[in-house]
Amino acid sequence: MKKVLKDITFGQYVESNSFIHRLDPRTKILLTILGIVFLFLADSNNLFSLLVCIVQVAIIIAFSRVPLRMYLKNIKAILPIIVLTTIINLFYGSGEVLLSFWRVTITTGGVNRAVYMAVRVILLILLSSVLTYTTTPNDITDAIESLLSFLRIFGLRTAVHMLAMMMTIALRFIPTLVEETEKIINAQKARGADLESGKLFQRIRALIPILIPLLISSVRRAYELAEAMECRCYNGGVGRVRMKELKYGLRDITAAAVMLIFCGGVIAVNILL
Amino acid sequence: MSDKQIEIKNVTFSYGDGEEKRNVLENFSLDIERGSFTVILGHNGSGKSTVAKLMNGLYKPSGESGKVLVDGIDTRGSEHEIEIRRKVGMVFQNPDNQLVASVVEEDVAFGPENLGLKREEIRARVDEALKAVGMFEFRKSTPHHLSGGQKQRVAIAGVIVMRPECLILDEPTAMLDPKGRAEVMDIITRFNRENGMTVVLITHFMEEAEPADRVLLLNDGEIISDGKPKEIFSDIETLKKAGLDVPQTTELLFELKQNGMDIDTDAISVEETAARITAALHLEEK
Repeated sequence: MKKVLKDITFGQYVESNSFIHRLDPRTKILLTILGIVFLFLADSNNLFSLLVCIVQVAIIIAFSRVPLRMYLKNIKAILPIIVLTTIINLFYGSGEVLLSFWRVTITTGGVNRAVYMAVRVILLILLSSVLTYTTTPNDITDAIESLLSFLRIFGLRTAVHMLAMMMTIALRFIPTLVEETEKIINAQKARGADLESGKLFQRIRALIPILIPLLISSVRRAYELAEAMECRCYNGGVGRVRMKELKYGLRDITAAAVMLIFCGGVIAVNILL
Repeated sequence: MSDKQIEIKNVTFSYGDGEEKRNVLENFSLDIERGSFTVILGHNGSGKSTVAKLMNGLYKPSGESGKVLVDGIDTRGSEHEIEIRRKVGMVFQNPDNQLVASVVEEDVAFGPENLGLKREEIRARVDEALKAVGMFEFRKSTPHHLSGGQKQRVAIAGVIVMRPECLILDEPTAMLDPKGRAEVMDIITRFNRENGMTVVLITHFMEEAEPADRVLLLNDGEIISDGKPKEIFSDIETLKKAGLDVPQTTELLFELKQNGMDIDTDAISVEETAARITAALHLEEK
């Protein structure tokens, strides 16, 4: 947990120079959403439309040049959820009865549904993993700011800027605060605080001497940061220009075209087969 | 234009109101010459940080009387706030609490981005500022992987990138190790000597006052001593009154003189002190 938090600046980012890595982060976010939508549009009674989705995700993964074990790691992490959805789905659906005991019946439709659901959840995790493995949190933040900038026509310009600023500052301060938490824990342990034993309630109470100093120091930090930002001519984002410019390229058009072909494939297979 | 970069005129500043009201500064005046290197020395609570924050309009004088002029512009009105902050850059004690972005170059770009400069201009200034503090090769790093001294250098780059005429540093070395402290002092001195930047350094380390043109001793919101570094350092009694740790070298010379040795007490560095002692010993032999 500590390590995960400490390296949040790079999140799950895996350094590489693949085609997917070099895509504009906005393209990646939009196409990931599109891909997920189409996972659920694929007809669950049609083996072929699911097959199209599997091929699509497989190709994306191949192009991401992130080691396969990294993806397996993410699937392993949510295995309980996959198993649970599979079991729940088993009991729904109609069709030929395969097994019947007490009040429970399992039908061919249920099995079908369960398998589809499991595959869908796995594909969904894989697709979102591609996004987080190939894009740094900073890029994701910039992309969200840029994608939401259309909201300015509703007079929400400041709100979008603030959201982006908050995400930037949060990313910047998570490692600092993790370090600080460790320091406070060590300081309290040195004073004889017992954090690891006792009942749940006692352990929660033992956290108070850690959380209070952390809260106080965070408020102090926030105050100092605000002063420093003011000194650097920050005035709430009015007239602000970003040094880094996001630019769509030929690569992004190619990626979007390929995705759209697959999405069209899903629809075609849904209707035709 | 006057040759005064900053003028503080009869300013009173207080925290809190009513019963808890406490005056930090009372009828305080101070001029900072353009292109000078001024060090303000004082112990904790002497009001030195308040003076710094008055100088770029972060704090405004309390009450009606007194004013602070930056390049002749009154800091009281809010319409010139950005102009004043652009002229007077400020670096704080804790580098961690001044950095905004998690990539070095993006953090340095924060100021010019706020000013709404052109993209190419921002890019050029960021590279120039990072080179000036020797952090260019770290431009893609993340601040929490840097040492304290490196972080503070990035913070300085984030301020000089706005090309200020004056740089105010509020205890910039207090949280650094000796190596980081030397790096930061070296950069500050260079900006003053080579670029003619007005520098106001606030510190409680006496050693850091050595390269200054002018040293001010602050105690309880009052300037108790004002002069060249050597003049200030030879006046040990006043230094002690201001609650400062006198450098061991200066203290040694002072003690020797107290015990009847005919010696100059205006040295700060170890080499100078050694030279003074040798000279005094030769004099005695004769």
